Amino acid sequence: MKQFLLFVRKEFYHVFRDRKTLLLLFGMPIAQILLFGFALTNEIKNSKVVISDQARDEASQQIIGRIEASRSFDIERVAMNQAAVESAFKSGKIKLAIIFPANFNEDLMHHHNAKIQIIADASDPNTASTLTSYASAIIMDYQKDLLKTYSLAMNIHTDVRMIYNPELKGTTNFVPGVMALVLLLVCVLMTSVSIVREKETGTMEILLVSPFNPVLVVVAKAVPYFFLSLINLTVIIILSVTIMEMPLNGSVVLLYFESSLLILTALSLGLLISNNTDSQQTAMLISLMAMLLPTMIFTGFMFPVENMPKPLQIISNVVPSKWYYIIVKSIMIKGLGLRAIWKETVILGGMALVLLLISFKTFKTRLQ
Amino acid sequence: MSDEVVIKTEKLTKKFGDFVAANELTFEVHRGEIFGFLGANGAGKTTAMRMLCGLSIPSSGSAKIAGFDVYKQRDQIKKNIGYMSQKFSLYEDLTVLENISFFGGIYGLPDKRVREQARTLINELGLGKEADKLVGSLPLGWKQKLAFSVAIFHGPKIVFLDEPTGGVDPVTRRQFWDMIYDAASTGITVFVTTHYMDEAEYCNRISMMVDGVMKALDTPANLKKQYKAQSMDEVFFELARGAKRKAD
Repeated sequence: MKQFLLFVRKEFYHVFRDRKTLLLLFGMPIAQILLFGFALTNEIKNSKVVISDQARDEASQQIIGRIEASRSFDIERVAMNQAAVESAFKSGKIKLAIIFPANFNEDLMHHHNAKIQIIADASDPNTASTLTSYASAIIMDYQKDLLKTYSLAMNIHTDVRMIYNPELKGTTNFVPGVMALVLLLVCVLMTSVSIVREKETGTMEILLVSPFNPVLVVVAKAVPYFFLSLINLTVIIILSVTIMEMPLNGSVVLLYFESSLLILTALSLGLLISNNTDSQQTAMLISLMAMLLPTMIFTGFMFPVENMPKPLQIISNVVPSKWYYIIVKSIMIKGLGLRAIWKETVILGGMALVLLLISFKTFKTRLQ
Repeated sequence: MSDEVVIKTEKLTKKFGDFVAANELTFEVHRGEIFGFLGANGAGKTTAMRMLCGLSIPSSGSAKIAGFDVYKQRDQIKKNIGYMSQKFSLYEDLTVLENISFFGGIYGLPDKRVREQARTLINELGLGKEADKLVGSLPLGWKQKLAFSVAIFHGPKIVFLDEPTGGVDPVTRRQFWDMIYDAASTGITVFVTTHYMDEAEYCNRISMMVDGVMKALDTPANLKKQYKAQSMDEVFFELARGAKRKAD
């Protein structure tokens, strides 16, 4: 045990003395979160909008006037009927449609209750939700002004419809995705490189000749990266909750537990890669290729897996980050507990276990 | 040097598929002896050495290292040997002192002994000022000396040196050999592979590997007499001439 701790301390020396790697280690998640966050939540200007004013009365014209005045919207045209709106969406030219039913003014004045329908193209979910909330805000403003003039509550009910992607996946999608990506990258890359480095410099031979248990060499190497990843995870969570306004509805303990499973999977993968490579460059390349692409493509935070052809959907099942992604979304956004995600947890845990076993089996305690 | 046998092999063989890297090696090495292991590249030196260190399992034959069997008692062997490879093998991003403590520690030496011995060692090597500097910043010669000291830090019975003086200037090499003599005089057996024929002269006995076979085994003086040679260089050429394997 004492030897083990000695080894772990040595690993920490390696990590902390390698400034560049350390910077990469902690800089990457922050940069990614901010990059993804701000790239996706930028203010939207001049989005093409179609307005279908079937009422053509005073109230509808007033609201249209306000929408026109907003810099967020660029009114493409005022269409008359539903079919025109639909064809505009299909052509992909417009992001939003606002539809005033006939008798809008009358409903508002006499029944104190009128409806406006807002339809958004949610295939770009962030834009869609931002645009609908802008439009709703303008309408609410108008409603408030009406209240001042008439001192009577007049409700304008906005009926928001998201088409193409009704669940609005994507708004909070990227945070769990980035979490998976960063944890995988850091752990796989760092462990594989640090083990291969010992092979390259020849210190691995010295270690294997020593009475120190070779399996503990590997375990000791994983320890610092495990802790660093937990720190990384904490930074990502804090950033995404404070700056990105990502919800954190579920149990934090559960989130860390599930993340530990992913980290374990990643460490095993890193070990597996290092068992089969002899140079740091190769290890780095394989780690990047094996991690970055499948994680980006199959996790589901960039491209929805449901929309992929069947064979790709099947392949996506072997990507650990896919399951982790589902788990994190369930915990953070939906606030679900272990009971709801036990299946994904078992799959992820199983992956970790299998990879760990294979990597220990292939770890060569003797050199050729 | 004493009569006590610390390495004893009997027809020790290592095959990789059809390729016989080391063929029926039979020899003995005594306590405190400096045993030179010579041969061209690819002659099978490193393979033989790795079998003796427990890094590679022999295909057949037997070997006892410090009285322990290479098949069954690897853990015991590991505790009783030191090893220094041809690559410089300390951690460059650790300080001199950290390297010593780390390697002392993984051999299970008590902290107190590590501390005291480290202090003595650093003084002996004249590294007093460099103790807290990163090993990477030291000149190569010093690194090699330090690596050797670390290899015998835990007081092994045998130390295996795999081309320890590669890339080192002649003065440092000479100093390095002084350290080897010092170690041998304390009873440590030194098993060393080398390319340098002048170094071969420093050894008590020399074995010469050609194509995986041990072609000669004697003192440098006897070998020169036997092959009517002026220097070890000539002996080496005489023996290696028949080699069929190309150097890798």
